[in-house]
Amino acid sequence: MVDQSYYMKADEIIAEHGKTQKSLIPIIQDIQAHYRYLPAELLTYVATQLGINESKAYSVATFYENFSFEPKGKYVIRVCDGTACHVRKSTVILDKLYKELGLSKEKHTTEDMLFTLETVSCLGACGLAPVLTVNDEVHPSMTPEKVNTLLAELRGNEA
Amino acid sequence: MNYITIDSKRVPIEDEKNVLSLIRKIGIDLPTFCYHSELSIYGACRMCVVEDERGNIFASCSEQPRPGMVIQTNTKRVQAYRKMIIELLLSSHCRDCTTCQKNGSCSLQDLAFRVGVHAVRFLNNKKQLPLDMSSPSIVRDPNKCILCGDCVRTCDEIQAVGAIDFAYRGSETQVMPAFNKTLAETDCVGCGQCAVVCPTAAITVRTNVTQIWNAIDDPNVRVVAQIAPAVRIAVGDSFNLPKGENSFGKLVNSLRMMGFDAVYDTSFAADLTVMEESKELAQRLEQNTNLPLFTSCCPGWVKFCESRYPEFANNISSCRSPQGMFSPLLKEYFKEKDASEGKKTIVVSIMPCTAKKAEILRPDNFTDGKQDTDFVLTTQEIIRMIKQVGIRFDQLEDEAADMPFAVASGGGKIFGTTGGVTEAVLRKLAKEKNYKTLEEISFTGVRGEDTLKEASLMLGDREVKIAVVHGLAATAKLLDRIKSGEVQYDFVEVMACRRGCIMGGGQPPFAGARTRKSRMDGIYKVDTTSNIRYPDENPVLLQMYDTLFKGKEHKLFHRNMEH
Repeated sequence: MVDQSYYMKADEIIAEHGKTQKSLIPIIQDIQAHYRYLPAELLTYVATQLGINESKAYSVATFYENFSFEPKGKYVIRVCDGTACHVRKSTVILDKLYKELGLSKEKHTTEDMLFTLETVSCLGACGLAPVLTVNDEVHPSMTPEKVNTLLAELRGNEA
Repeated sequence: MNYITIDSKRVPIEDEKNVLSLIRKIGIDLPTFCYHSELSIYGACRMCVVEDERGNIFASCSEQPRPGMVIQTNTKRVQAYRKMIIELLLSSHCRDCTTCQKNGSCSLQDLAFRVGVHAVRFLNNKKQLPLDMSSPSIVRDPNKCILCGDCVRTCDEIQAVGAIDFAYRGSETQVMPAFNKTLAETDCVGCGQCAVVCPTAAITVRTNVTQIWNAIDDPNVRVVAQIAPAVRIAVGDSFNLPKGENSFGKLVNSLRMMGFDAVYDTSFAADLTVMEESKELAQRLEQNTNLPLFTSCCPGWVKFCESRYPEFANNISSCRSPQGMFSPLLKEYFKEKDASEGKKTIVVSIMPCTAKKAEILRPDNFTDGKQDTDFVLTTQEIIRMIKQVGIRFDQLEDEAADMPFAVASGGGKIFGTTGGVTEAVLRKLAKEKNYKTLEEISFTGVRGEDTLKEASLMLGDREVKIAVVHGLAATAKLLDRIKSGEVQYDFVEVMACRRGCIMGGGQPPFAGARTRKSRMDGIYKVDTTSNIRYPDENPVLLQMYDTLFKGKEHKLFHRNMEH
């Protein structure tokens, strides 16, 4: 169960976009931007408010990889595993991150809610391969050593 | 006149919306999984592909006919195309046809044979997913889904329930309720229309056949059956009898052969419903409360109203459905006999409906805290049982149901189609009970396939306004209009399934336009050939009001509202 304040926030966002069916995606994008994930209860709530079936709203939310029902960490690291990055050894970088953060294919987010690690199929920056992003910031030509520096820097921000 | 050329035949374009309809008009049964004339066009299954003179291949379901078009439906290329699609569908589909519920009535099986897929070159490496057995009405087996979306569109467009939809995408796509909940956790009303359109066994009717055989086998159990009006005009379909023919007599005979101890006609209880419901209508009109009165015969509708329009829940008639009235009555009837013979009576109702399987579990349908109807068998299941025994149904003699509950009016029998309940109530309310009145009532506008029908009659100096609606999407629209005050009615008949029980979720599937019409004609023919046409002229019923029912009407025939 989410707190009552979540529903108030949702009402606010719905009011911004208007109560029409076509606003579904912008509304849930804003909710996700605010909470760094899409709380399931809010998806149901938004669907009811817009007069959309819950199953239809769920269909939309699961169609796009970008929406997540799991709370995400403060720093979302997306490692590109597209063809160009893959041949330039993105797997090594991914493995390094898994090891350093204690994550796995099944576990995406660290206990302290600081890091979420995901793979993406292409970031459209093949010239910079292997590439990863932290939130919206691009980190080109990654190496396992640079991963260490990056994590230290991000952790340093928190200290 | 505008025409197109199909396989070198000239075909005039009339008002067909797509090329597929024209192809089917000239007698070519082009296969489809995802095309249903009453649903929106989806164009996903690609089975209806055709080739034009330039060699373009396109789906005929989603192409408008253009004058001068030249198409071929059966070139080597489209043949290969269809075959490949089926092979790919089968590559991730269970192939244990012999043990499948849908064996023999599966479109995928049928088309694999038709297009000539004799081997599948790909391994099935799909992960097995669990079955959803949470609903008493239907079973969802995601492993057998081919993603045609027929169920999704039926649930949303025809029924406005939207319990299921696609989730995820690409090879991960599945049809499921939101958040992969079970059907029981959704607003699913159990109407079974998804199972009707499902080409495979991804959604099937939940079956109780084994329990019935066990009961029949038990010498200490008296198994009595009640047969709903709409079953009789659909059961013969599967035994080479003409569509829409009344095979009630043959069904009674086969139930006796199977070992049922007594067989009754639910239409008797439909007469009873007319009596009780018109009493209630008169009362509400007099007190001017809770109007409009909504009918309560359809459990799919009752559940829909409770979950989506709770503000109208008190407007639903307090009467139980005919099934719900009949079962406690039968138990009451056999009470003393059971005690003296040391037997237990169980009531099996044979219904065109999957939602009835859920209705019997509702506590407001219990009498003295006990479930009245023990099992519901759908038309499909009783057909399967007849086939199991090997009865040659079409060759059976007609037999009559058991007395005293064999006498029913024509009014009670037309309950099986949209407008039937209303017509029966109108007959009850009519002052002069003669043939002319019957004719007049049949032309008041309550008959036919229109989703919303309206009629009115004068009761004393008051005009009683009536609406008849079928299909829950149409119902939702009507309820919104009633809520906004745009329209006003005193009596509203609702049936969840389009065209009423004759097209219920438990009826044999794949009924096209002609079958639908013959079922509707069939049920009106059952009425015109009945000795008694007016529900309130049923002599057995009238007599029982003074004997068996006396003082128990409320307990046996109305829902107990404490629940």
